[in-house]
Amino acid sequence: MNAGPVRAEHVAKHFGRTKALDGCSFSLPEGSVTGLVGPNGAGKSTLLSLIAGLAKPTSGEITVHGTAVRGRMHPDVALLTQKRPLYDQFTVREMMRAGAAMNDRWSDERANEVLDLLAGVDEDAKVGTLSAGARTQVAIAVALGRLPKVLLLDEPLSDLDPLARDETLRIVMTEVAERGTTVLLSSHLLTDLGDVCDHLLLLDEGRVQVSGDIEEILDEHHVVVGPAELELGVDGVVDSSRTARQATALVRGGTVPEGFQAARPDLEALVMGYLRASRTRRLARR
Amino acid sequence: MLGGVIEFRIDRHSGVSTYLQIAAQVKQAMRMGLLGPGDKLPTAREVVEATRVNPNTVLKAYRELEHEGLVEGRRGMGTFVTASLATDAAKADAPLRQDLEQWMDRAVDEGLSGDEVDAIYTDVRGTHY
Repeated sequence: MNAGPVRAEHVAKHFGRTKALDGCSFSLPEGSVTGLVGPNGAGKSTLLSLIAGLAKPTSGEITVHGTAVRGRMHPDVALLTQKRPLYDQFTVREMMRAGAAMNDRWSDERANEVLDLLAGVDEDAKVGTLSAGARTQVAIAVALGRLPKVLLLDEPLSDLDPLARDETLRIVMTEVAERGTTVLLSSHLLTDLGDVCDHLLLLDEGRVQVSGDIEEILDEHHVVVGPAELELGVDGVVDSSRTARQATALVRGGTVPEGFQAARPDLEALVMGYLRASRTRRLARR
Repeated sequence: MLGGVIEFRIDRHSGVSTYLQIAAQVKQAMRMGLLGPGDKLPTAREVVEATRVNPNTVLKAYRELEHEGLVEGRRGMGTFVTASLATDAAKADAPLRQDLEQWMDRAVDEGLSGDEVDAIYTDVRGTHY
Protein backbone atom coordinates (compact mmCIF):
# COMPACT_ATOMS: atom_id res chain seq x y z
CA MET A 1 0.00 0.00 0.00
CA ASN A 2 2.18 2.84 1.27
CA ALA A 3 5.27 1.21 -0.11
CA GLY A 4 8.56 3.04 -0.18
CA PRO A 5 10.62 4.35 2.71
CA VAL A 6 9.45 7.97 2.28
CA ARG A 7 6.16 9.01 0.78
CA ALA A 8 4.54 12.45 0.72
CA GLU A 9 0.93 12.98 -0.29
CA HIS A 10 -0.40 16.48 -0.96
CA VAL A 11 1.80 17.89 1.76
CA ALA A 12 1.41 21.59 2.52
CA LYS A 13 3.09 23.71 5.16
CA HIS A 14 1.95 27.27 5.68
CA PHE A 15 3.60 29.83 7.92
CA GLY A 16 0.88 32.46 8.28
CA ARG A 17 0.13 33.49 4.71
CA THR A 18 3.39 32.10 3.35
CA LYS A 19 3.06 28.74 1.67
CA ALA A 20 6.45 27.11 2.27
CA LEU A 21 5.15 23.88 0.76
CA ASP A 22 2.01 23.38 -1.26
CA GLY A 23 0.62 20.17 -2.70
CA CYS A 24 3.87 18.18 -2.52
CA SER A 25 3.58 14.54 -3.58
CA PHE A 26 6.45 12.17 -4.26
CA SER A 27 7.98 8.93 -3.05
CA LEU A 28 11.56 7.81 -2.66
CA PRO A 29 12.59 4.24 -3.55
CA GLU A 30 14.34 2.16 -0.89
CA GLY A 31 18.10 2.56 -0.88
CA SER A 32 18.04 5.47 -3.31
CA VAL A 33 20.16 8.56 -2.98
CA THR A 34 18.09 11.60 -3.90
CA GLY A 35 19.39 15.09 -4.53
CA LEU A 36 16.99 17.75 -3.22
CA VAL A 37 17.51 20.92 -5.23
CA GLY A 38 15.76 24.22 -5.77
CA PRO A 39 16.33 27.94 -5.38
CA ASN A 40 16.72 29.49 -1.93
CA GLY A 41 13.35 29.57 -0.22
CA ALA A 42 11.94 26.72 -2.34
CA GLY A 43 10.97 24.79 0.80
CA LYS A 44 13.84 22.31 0.97
CA SER A 45 14.65 22.69 4.66
CA THR A 46 10.96 22.78 5.55
CA LEU A 47 10.41 19.52 3.70
CA LEU A 48 13.34 17.83 5.47
CA SER A 49 12.10 18.89 8.92
CA LEU A 50 8.61 17.59 8.10
CA ILE A 51 9.97 14.19 7.05
CA ALA A 52 12.08 14.05 10.22
CA GLY A 53 8.98 14.83 12.30
CA LEU A 54 10.32 18.10 13.73
CA ALA A 55 7.29 19.97 12.40
CA LYS A 56 3.76 19.02 11.37
CA PRO A 57 2.38 19.60 7.89
CA THR A 58 -0.57 22.01 7.64
CA SER A 59 -2.30 19.39 5.50
CA GLY A 60 -1.40 16.16 3.73
CA GLU A 61 0.57 13.22 5.06
CA ILE A 62 4.13 11.95 5.12
CA THR A 63 4.79 8.27 5.78
CA VAL A 64 8.13 6.61 6.53
CA HIS A 65 8.21 2.87 5.93
CA GLY A 66 4.44 2.80 6.06
CA THR A 67 3.91 4.67 9.34
CA ALA A 68 2.73 8.25 9.38
CA VAL A 69 5.08 10.93 10.69
CA ARG A 70 3.14 12.86 13.31
CA GLY A 71 5.17 15.79 14.46
CA ARG A 72 7.73 13.94 16.57
CA MET A 73 11.12 12.55 15.62
CA HIS A 74 10.55 9.36 13.67
CA PRO A 75 12.77 6.54 15.05
CA ASP A 76 13.85 5.39 11.58
CA VAL A 77 14.90 8.86 10.43
CA ALA A 78 18.06 10.84 11.15
CA LEU A 79 18.38 14.47 10.12
CA LEU A 80 21.57 16.47 9.84
CA THR A 81 20.45 20.10 9.86
CA GLN A 82 22.37 22.99 8.39
CA LYS A 83 23.34 24.22 11.86
CA ARG A 84 24.94 20.87 12.88
CA PRO A 85 23.58 21.09 16.42
CA LEU A 86 26.45 19.89 18.61
CA TYR A 87 27.58 20.91 22.08
CA ASP A 88 30.78 22.90 21.59
CA GLN A 89 31.91 22.45 25.21
CA PHE A 90 31.71 18.65 25.00
CA THR A 91 34.58 16.48 23.88
CA VAL A 92 33.83 14.21 20.92
CA ARG A 93 33.61 11.28 23.34
CA GLU A 94 31.09 13.13 25.54
CA MET A 95 29.11 14.10 22.45
CA MET A 96 28.79 10.42 21.55
CA ARG A 97 27.65 9.61 25.10
CA ALA A 98 25.02 12.33 24.76
CA GLY A 99 23.92 10.75 21.48
CA ALA A 100 23.55 7.40 23.25
CA ALA A 101 21.53 8.98 26.09
CA MET A 102 19.18 10.88 23.79
CA ASN A 103 18.27 8.00 21.50
CA ASP A 104 16.36 4.80 22.26
CA ARG A 105 18.17 2.98 19.53
CA TRP A 106 21.87 3.70 19.46
CA SER A 107 24.98 1.87 18.30
CA ASP A 108 28.31 2.95 19.83
CA GLU A 109 30.00 0.64 17.41
CA ARG A 110 28.47 2.34 14.36
CA ALA A 111 29.15 5.87 15.66
CA ASN A 112 32.78 5.01 16.40
CA GLU A 113 33.18 3.39 13.01
CA VAL A 114 32.18 6.67 11.38
CA LEU A 115 34.57 8.64 13.60
CA ASP A 116 37.42 6.30 12.71
CA LEU A 117 36.85 6.62 8.97
CA LEU A 118 39.28 8.65 6.89
CA ALA A 119 41.81 10.58 8.98
CA GLY A 120 39.81 9.84 12.14
CA VAL A 121 38.62 12.37 14.73
CA ASP A 122 40.42 12.95 18.04
CA GLU A 123 37.84 11.86 20.61
CA ASP A 124 39.35 13.96 23.41
CA ALA A 125 39.12 17.21 21.42
CA LYS A 126 36.39 19.71 22.32
CA VAL A 127 33.74 19.82 19.61
CA GLY A 128 34.09 23.63 19.42
CA THR A 129 37.74 23.35 18.38
CA LEU A 130 37.18 21.01 15.42
CA SER A 131 37.56 21.98 11.77
CA ALA A 132 34.36 22.32 9.72
CA GLY A 133 35.08 18.95 8.09
CA ALA A 134 35.66 17.11 11.39
CA ARG A 135 32.58 18.80 12.87
CA THR A 136 30.47 17.49 9.99
CA GLN A 137 31.97 14.04 10.51
CA VAL A 138 30.97 14.13 14.22
CA ALA A 139 27.46 15.29 13.32
CA ILE A 140 27.15 12.45 10.79
CA ALA A 141 28.44 9.98 13.40
CA VAL A 142 25.66 11.13 15.77
CA ALA A 143 23.13 10.75 12.93
CA LEU A 144 24.33 7.28 11.87
CA GLY A 145 24.64 6.07 15.47
CA ARG A 146 20.83 6.06 15.46
CA LEU A 147 21.02 3.31 12.79
CA PRO A 148 18.52 5.18 10.61
CA LYS A 149 16.76 3.68 7.62
CA VAL A 150 16.31 7.15 6.19
CA LEU A 151 19.09 9.73 6.34
CA LEU A 152 18.25 13.37 5.67
CA LEU A 153 21.10 15.80 5.07
CA ASP A 154 20.49 19.54 4.78
CA GLU A 155 23.34 21.19 2.88
CA PRO A 156 25.93 18.75 4.28
CA LEU A 157 28.66 20.15 2.04
CA SER A 158 28.36 23.87 2.66
CA ASP A 159 31.38 25.41 4.45
CA LEU A 160 33.54 22.41 3.56
CA ASP A 161 36.76 22.52 1.57
CA PRO A 162 37.01 20.15 -1.44
CA LEU A 163 38.80 17.42 0.51
CA ALA A 164 36.29 17.48 3.39
CA ARG A 165 33.45 17.48 0.84
CA ASP A 166 34.89 14.42 -0.85
CA GLU A 167 35.32 12.68 2.51
CA THR A 168 31.81 13.54 3.69
CA LEU A 169 30.29 12.11 0.52
CA ARG A 170 32.48 9.02 0.91
CA ILE A 171 31.09 8.40 4.41
CA VAL A 172 27.52 8.75 3.11
CA MET A 173 28.13 6.51 0.08
CA THR A 174 29.74 3.86 2.30
CA GLU A 175 26.65 3.93 4.53
CA VAL A 176 24.46 3.34 1.46
CA ALA A 177 26.68 0.46 0.28
CA GLU A 178 26.77 -1.23 3.68
CA ARG A 179 23.28 -0.67 5.05
CA GLY A 180 21.14 0.21 2.05
CA THR A 181 20.04 3.43 3.76
CA THR A 182 17.71 5.72 1.83
CA VAL A 183 19.27 9.18 1.56
CA LEU A 184 17.76 12.57 0.77
CA LEU A 185 20.28 15.39 0.62
CA SER A 186 19.90 19.02 -0.30
CA SER A 187 22.78 20.85 -1.92
CA HIS A 188 23.61 23.73 -4.19
CA LEU A 189 26.76 21.97 -5.40
CA LEU A 190 25.46 20.38 -8.57
CA THR A 191 28.71 18.85 -9.75
CA ASP A 192 29.11 17.05 -6.42
CA LEU A 193 25.54 15.79 -6.61
CA GLY A 194 25.97 14.41 -10.11
CA ASP A 195 27.92 11.31 -9.21
CA VAL A 196 26.42 10.58 -5.79
CA CYS A 197 22.71 10.87 -6.53
CA ASP A 198 20.59 8.46 -8.53
CA HIS A 199 17.32 10.33 -8.00
CA LEU A 200 16.33 13.95 -8.14
CA LEU A 201 13.66 15.97 -6.33
CA LEU A 202 13.42 19.50 -7.67
CA LEU A 203 11.35 21.94 -5.62
CA ASP A 204 10.30 25.40 -6.61
CA GLU A 205 8.00 27.72 -4.68
CA GLY A 206 6.87 24.87 -2.47
CA ARG A 207 5.95 22.54 -5.31
CA VAL A 208 7.58 19.49 -6.83
CA GLN A 209 8.75 20.36 -10.35
CA VAL A 210 10.65 17.20 -11.20
CA SER A 211 10.98 13.94 -9.31
CA GLY A 212 12.42 10.56 -10.26
CA ASP A 213 15.39 8.56 -11.56
CA ILE A 214 18.05 10.97 -12.82
CA GLU A 215 18.89 8.96 -15.97
CA GLU A 216 15.20 8.79 -16.90
CA ILE A 217 14.72 12.49 -16.22
CA LEU A 218 17.71 13.38 -18.41
CA ASP A 219 16.38 11.07 -21.14
CA GLU A 220 13.09 12.95 -21.28
CA HIS A 221 14.72 16.37 -21.63
CA HIS A 222 16.56 17.93 -24.57
CA VAL A 223 18.82 20.91 -24.89
CA VAL A 224 17.99 22.33 -28.32
CA VAL A 225 20.04 24.86 -30.25
CA GLY A 226 19.01 26.60 -33.47
CA PRO A 227 19.14 29.85 -35.43
CA ALA A 228 17.61 32.85 -33.62
CA GLU A 229 14.96 33.57 -36.23
CA LEU A 230 13.25 30.19 -35.74
CA GLU A 231 10.35 29.88 -33.30
CA LEU A 232 10.46 26.98 -30.83
CA GLY A 233 6.77 26.23 -31.33
CA VAL A 234 6.66 23.12 -29.10
CA ASP A 235 5.16 22.36 -25.69
CA GLY A 236 7.30 21.66 -22.70
CA VAL A 237 9.80 24.51 -22.99
CA VAL A 238 11.29 24.85 -19.51
CA ASP A 239 13.67 27.70 -20.18
CA SER A 240 14.97 29.46 -23.28
CA SER A 241 17.46 32.14 -24.15
CA ARG A 242 18.37 34.00 -27.33
CA THR A 243 21.42 35.76 -28.64
CA ALA A 244 21.51 37.75 -31.89
CA ARG A 245 22.11 34.55 -33.84
CA GLN A 246 21.20 31.60 -31.69
CA ALA A 247 18.25 30.29 -29.71
CA THR A 248 18.86 27.75 -26.92
CA ALA A 249 16.21 26.00 -24.87
CA LEU A 250 15.68 23.24 -22.35
CA VAL A 251 12.66 21.21 -23.49
CA ARG A 252 10.79 18.51 -21.59
CA GLY A 253 9.19 15.78 -23.70
CA GLY A 254 10.05 14.04 -26.92
CA THR A 255 9.46 16.71 -29.54
CA VAL A 256 12.44 18.54 -30.98
CA PRO A 257 11.41 21.79 -32.71
CA GLU A 258 12.06 21.85 -36.45
CA GLY A 259 15.41 23.20 -37.54
CA PHE A 260 16.92 22.69 -34.08
CA GLN A 261 19.69 20.35 -32.99
CA ALA A 262 19.03 18.38 -29.85
CA ALA A 263 21.32 16.92 -27.20
CA ARG A 264 20.75 15.22 -23.87
CA PRO A 265 21.41 17.63 -21.00
CA ASP A 266 23.66 16.75 -18.10
CA LEU A 267 22.33 17.12 -14.56
CA GLU A 268 23.88 20.53 -14.08
CA ALA A 269 22.39 21.94 -17.29
CA LEU A 270 18.98 20.51 -16.42
CA VAL A 271 18.85 21.94 -12.91
CA MET A 272 20.25 25.30 -14.07
CA GLY A 273 17.49 25.47 -16.69
CA TYR A 274 14.80 24.99 -14.05
CA LEU A 275 16.44 27.46 -11.64
CA ARG A 276 16.69 30.13 -14.35
CA ALA A 277 13.06 29.60 -15.32
CA SER A 278 12.04 29.95 -11.67
CA ARG A 279 13.88 33.25 -11.33
CA THR A 280 12.32 34.56 -14.55
CA ARG A 281 8.84 33.70 -13.24
CA ARG A 282 9.45 35.44 -9.93
CA LEU A 283 10.85 38.55 -11.61
CA ALA A 284 7.83 38.71 -13.92
CA ARG A 285 5.49 38.89 -10.92
CA ARG A 286 7.20 41.86 -9.31
CA MET B 1 42.44 -2.75 -3.34
CA LEU B 2 39.59 -4.09 -5.48
CA GLY B 3 41.00 -7.57 -5.04
CA GLY B 4 43.81 -6.45 -7.33
CA VAL B 5 41.68 -7.07 -10.42
CA ILE B 6 40.61 -3.79 -11.93
CA GLU B 7 40.14 -0.24 -10.76
CA PHE B 8 37.57 2.09 -12.28
CA ARG B 9 38.49 5.60 -13.38
CA ILE B 10 35.52 7.92 -13.41
CA ASP B 11 35.76 10.99 -15.62
CA ARG B 12 33.34 13.44 -13.99
CA HIS B 13 33.44 15.91 -16.84
CA SER B 14 33.03 13.60 -19.81
CA GLY B 15 29.24 13.96 -19.95
CA VAL B 16 29.01 10.14 -20.12
CA SER B 17 26.87 8.58 -17.38
CA THR B 18 28.96 7.05 -14.61
CA TYR B 19 27.26 3.67 -14.92
CA LEU B 20 28.07 3.54 -18.66
CA GLN B 21 31.70 4.39 -17.92
CA ILE B 22 31.92 1.52 -15.43
CA ALA B 23 30.26 -0.94 -17.83
CA ALA B 24 32.55 0.16 -20.66
CA GLN B 25 35.64 -0.29 -18.50
CA VAL B 26 34.63 -3.82 -17.52
CA LYS B 27 34.12 -4.70 -21.19
CA GLN B 28 37.42 -3.11 -22.13
CA ALA B 29 39.19 -5.18 -19.44
CA MET B 30 37.43 -8.29 -20.78
CA ARG B 31 38.53 -7.58 -24.35
CA MET B 32 42.10 -7.07 -23.21
CA GLY B 33 41.93 -10.41 -21.41
CA LEU B 34 42.44 -8.77 -18.00
CA LEU B 35 39.08 -10.19 -16.90
CA GLY B 36 37.89 -13.63 -17.88
CA PRO B 37 35.22 -16.19 -16.94
CA GLY B 38 35.18 -16.86 -13.18
CA ASP B 39 36.75 -13.56 -12.19
CA LYS B 40 34.94 -11.58 -9.53
CA LEU B 41 34.15 -7.92 -10.12
CA PRO B 42 34.88 -5.51 -7.27
CA THR B 43 31.98 -5.17 -4.81
CA ALA B 44 30.02 -1.91 -4.71
CA ARG B 45 31.60 -1.22 -1.31
CA GLU B 46 35.09 -1.59 -2.76
CA VAL B 47 34.30 0.71 -5.65
CA VAL B 48 32.82 3.33 -3.31
CA GLU B 49 35.99 3.23 -1.24
CA ALA B 50 38.16 3.79 -4.27
CA THR B 51 36.09 6.25 -6.28
CA ARG B 52 33.33 7.74 -4.06
CA VAL B 53 30.59 6.92 -6.59
CA ASN B 54 27.09 5.98 -5.58
CA PRO B 55 26.95 2.19 -4.94
CA ASN B 56 23.59 2.05 -6.75
CA THR B 57 25.38 3.31 -9.86
CA VAL B 58 27.89 0.48 -9.64
CA LEU B 59 25.07 -2.06 -9.27
CA LYS B 60 23.26 -0.48 -12.22
CA ALA B 61 26.38 -0.94 -14.38
CA TYR B 62 26.61 -4.59 -13.27
CA ARG B 63 22.92 -5.16 -14.09
CA GLU B 64 23.55 -3.70 -17.53
CA LEU B 65 26.42 -6.17 -18.04
CA GLU B 66 24.21 -8.98 -16.76
CA HIS B 67 21.58 -8.06 -19.37
CA GLU B 68 24.24 -8.40 -22.02
CA GLY B 69 25.06 -11.85 -20.71
CA LEU B 70 28.60 -10.96 -19.72
CA VAL B 71 28.44 -11.31 -15.95
CA GLU B 72 26.27 -12.99 -13.35
CA GLY B 73 25.31 -11.82 -9.87
CA ARG B 74 25.36 -14.59 -7.29
CA ARG B 75 23.43 -13.88 -4.12
CA GLY B 76 25.69 -13.03 -1.22
CA MET B 77 28.78 -13.90 -3.24
CA GLY B 78 29.28 -11.04 -5.66
CA THR B 79 29.25 -10.51 -9.41
CA PHE B 80 31.26 -12.83 -11.61
CA VAL B 81 32.39 -12.69 -15.21
CA THR B 82 30.74 -15.48 -17.21
CA ALA B 83 31.80 -14.73 -20.78
CA SER B 84 35.00 -14.11 -22.62
CA LEU B 85 35.51 -11.14 -24.89
CA ALA B 86 39.25 -11.60 -25.19
CA THR B 87 40.42 -12.07 -28.72
CA ASP B 88 43.92 -13.13 -29.67
CA ALA B 89 44.07 -9.96 -31.77
CA ALA B 90 44.15 -7.83 -28.62
CA LYS B 91 47.14 -9.61 -27.07
CA ALA B 92 50.48 -7.86 -26.92
CA ASP B 93 52.21 -10.19 -29.41
CA ALA B 94 49.37 -10.38 -31.97
CA PRO B 95 50.43 -9.38 -35.52
CA LEU B 96 47.67 -6.80 -36.01
CA ARG B 97 48.54 -5.14 -32.77
CA GLN B 98 52.22 -5.09 -33.65
CA ASP B 99 51.38 -3.41 -36.98
CA LEU B 100 49.52 -0.73 -35.07
CA GLU B 101 52.40 -0.34 -32.62
CA GLN B 102 54.75 0.28 -35.58
CA TRP B 103 52.34 2.76 -37.13
CA MET B 104 52.02 4.57 -33.81
CA ASP B 105 55.83 4.71 -33.48
CA ARG B 106 55.95 6.42 -36.88
CA ALA B 107 53.25 8.89 -35.84
CA VAL B 108 55.28 9.80 -32.75
CA ASP B 109 58.46 10.14 -34.86
CA GLU B 110 56.66 12.48 -37.25
CA GLY B 111 55.51 14.60 -34.30
CA LEU B 112 51.75 13.94 -34.49
CA SER B 113 49.70 14.81 -31.43
CA GLY B 114 47.36 12.36 -29.70
CA ASP B 115 44.35 14.31 -31.00
CA GLU B 116 45.64 14.06 -34.59
CA VAL B 117 46.19 10.33 -34.19
CA ASP B 118 42.65 9.95 -32.82
CA ALA B 119 41.26 11.95 -35.75
CA ILE B 120 43.04 9.72 -38.31
CA TYR B 121 41.97 6.56 -36.50
CA THR B 122 38.33 7.66 -36.25
CA ASP B 123 38.28 8.69 -39.89
CA VAL B 124 39.80 5.44 -41.19
CA ARG B 125 37.66 3.32 -38.89
CA GLY B 126 34.58 5.14 -40.19
CA THR B 127 35.33 4.24 -43.80
CA HIS B 128 35.64 0.52 -42.94
CA TYR B 129 33.03 -0.10 -40.27
